[in-house]
Amino acid sequence: MTAMKSLALAAGLCAATAAQAETLDIGMLLTLSGPPAALGQHIRNGFELALAEKGGKLGGFDVNLIVVDDELKPDVAVGKAKALVERDGADIVVGTVFSNVMMAVFKPVIEAGVVLVSPNAGPAPLAGKGCHPHYFNTAWQNDSNHEVLGQHAANQGYKRIILMAPNYQAGKDAMAGVKRYFNGEVVDEIFTQLGQLDFSAELARIAAAKPDAVYAFMPGGMGVNLVRQYDQAGVGLPFLSAFTVDETTLPATKDAALGLYGGTQWTRDLDNPINAAFVKGYEAAYGAAPSLYASQGYDTALILDAALTAAGGAEADALSAALKAVAIPTTRGDFRFGANNFPVQDYYLAQAVKQGDAYVMRKVATIFEDHADAYAAACKM
Amino acid sequence: MSLTLLAVQALNGLQLGLLLFLIAAGLTLVFGVMDFINLAHGAQYMTGAYLAVFFYGHTGHFGAALALALLAALALGLVLEALVWRRLYDRPHLDQVLATFGVILILTEGARALFGPSPLSLPRPEILSGAVPLMAGLNYPVWRLAIIAAGLAAALGLWLMVARTRLGMQVRAGADDAAMIGALGVDVARLFRAVFGLGAMLAGFAGVMAAPVLAVEPDMGDGVLILAFVVIVIGGVGSIRGAFIAALMVGLVDTLGRSLSTDVARLFLSPAAANDAGPAVASMLVYVLMAAVLFARPQGLFPARAG
Repeated sequence: MTAMKSLALAAGLCAATAAQAETLDIGMLLTLSGPPAALGQHIRNGFELALAEKGGKLGGFDVNLIVVDDELKPDVAVGKAKALVERDGADIVVGTVFSNVMMAVFKPVIEAGVVLVSPNAGPAPLAGKGCHPHYFNTAWQNDSNHEVLGQHAANQGYKRIILMAPNYQAGKDAMAGVKRYFNGEVVDEIFTQLGQLDFSAELARIAAAKPDAVYAFMPGGMGVNLVRQYDQAGVGLPFLSAFTVDETTLPATKDAALGLYGGTQWTRDLDNPINAAFVKGYEAAYGAAPSLYASQGYDTALILDAALTAAGGAEADALSAALKAVAIPTTRGDFRFGANNFPVQDYYLAQAVKQGDAYVMRKVATIFEDHADAYAAACKM
Repeated sequence: MSLTLLAVQALNGLQLGLLLFLIAAGLTLVFGVMDFINLAHGAQYMTGAYLAVFFYGHTGHFGAALALALLAALALGLVLEALVWRRLYDRPHLDQVLATFGVILILTEGARALFGPSPLSLPRPEILSGAVPLMAGLNYPVWRLAIIAAGLAAALGLWLMVARTRLGMQVRAGADDAAMIGALGVDVARLFRAVFGLGAMLAGFAGVMAAPVLAVEPDMGDGVLILAFVVIVIGGVGSIRGAFIAALMVGLVDTLGRSLSTDVARLFLSPAAANDAGPAVASMLVYVLMAAVLFARPQGLFPARAG
């Protein structure tokens, strides 16, 4: 045990020396292969854009960014996370895209004594009872974007809605998020198979039930299939969604998605100078419209930059204290963390529109102001 | 559930079944005639969809994109046959599975590298982009009728070819005993190439037909391949007629299962439990059907291979 401690101490010293040499190793663990690779790619693009704009430095430190692909496999991710903190000596870990991967890598990263910043996945356990002073989320708690549509449906006075999501944990959480704020009747909860291609049976069920609106959570290619088939079938009911219609899927759905709604914490037309510069810079660098995921990657770099400047290094306790105190303008406007290290922020209803030749999401209304998640109260740090 | 809705769901099931038939037909021909397990068939279907998107981007014409994609799919199939498959005919099934799985990885990652990970789409041809009203609030896209027509036409064409032509006779004989027809003077290598080319074109054709309805993405062939295998196992390996009947069964069982299972479960269970049980049962029904058929007829419904 003493040997282990001295090893850890030596590792700590090495990290300290590295800091004195003013280079910082940031491990980035994202899903970059398989069907949902677009999300991880957007987060990475956003982060790298901010880093490039700051001359490759965050908080004055030269950043050595080590990007690894977790393949959306929790077991693979654990091995790669351990390699990041133990072999590569990462001072900070930024990741992950998916919650199941996050739950797997959380322990090894936190136990290595480095700060873990999630640019996307915000599972309920880590926002509530399982929160940790060294874990931060710069995006949202998983339920929040779904809650937006529940509130919107209530605001619209919809009496009867149908919910549709894939039959797995995130799908059930999505429905719970909608129902937390919707006060009308949920006529039907349709659970589909994960990776389902054809939705004609479900669309017929929806048309037969004649609800006031449809809510769907269908990430990735499933969402593309659903949106196009929804359009082709001419269902015509208000279509509310989260993580389904955004700039990662709009290039495929094109006109079929026009007019459909999404819940989000960011849109390209949020009126602030940082956002305007981000959208312009992103489109110049990557030749595609940025998504909310890209903005999250970008903001994560801005937030780390501010915290590293304040803390003067990546030592976990000092950096955590600095992160907690962060109050800086981001692409979403002024950003701050709540008591559980998750964002307290505004959420918007967005709608797919065509802008020139590009298909993008545009803000329609602000649904929540300074919204904190439902689990924060259970977090005791 | 009203009778109208039931009829609509049956139509949906029929259409899914015919799309599955387009994919399974090529697979069952190759499996039946050459006793060759081509796992990459799903990846060839994916490639067909990407080729159509690519050619559509260059020509802006659906018909031209379809024709060019079919030719390119045929070329790809022949190249794969010459480079990889030909070396595997005499090897055990496990080697074939391994090698064709490798081809899946190459094609999938190749599509991802060339076209990016985000899903793409192919517009419907203008003339078939309308919709027919089925019930209040639900239209039936004409394109889906086109898929039904294409599936039926392919079934008829394949049946005529297998039953009425010299090539079909050789295919049937090849499914029975490839070595024997070789001894009788048929150029088996040429027959195999022809069957492979046909299989590759069918896979590519299915991909093009599916592209206006489904997202075109690198992994689109994976789920479809599994269903296609279920279809050919139920139908009997190598049998076009079996694949046709089995594809319709799978399409109907899957669609009706998805639309009815939750309602049926509600007759016995609380709504919450029914919401859990319904989708779980629905996702298994196709495999339950396969197990039931295999229990009654281990060779499938219409085995092409005697004994």
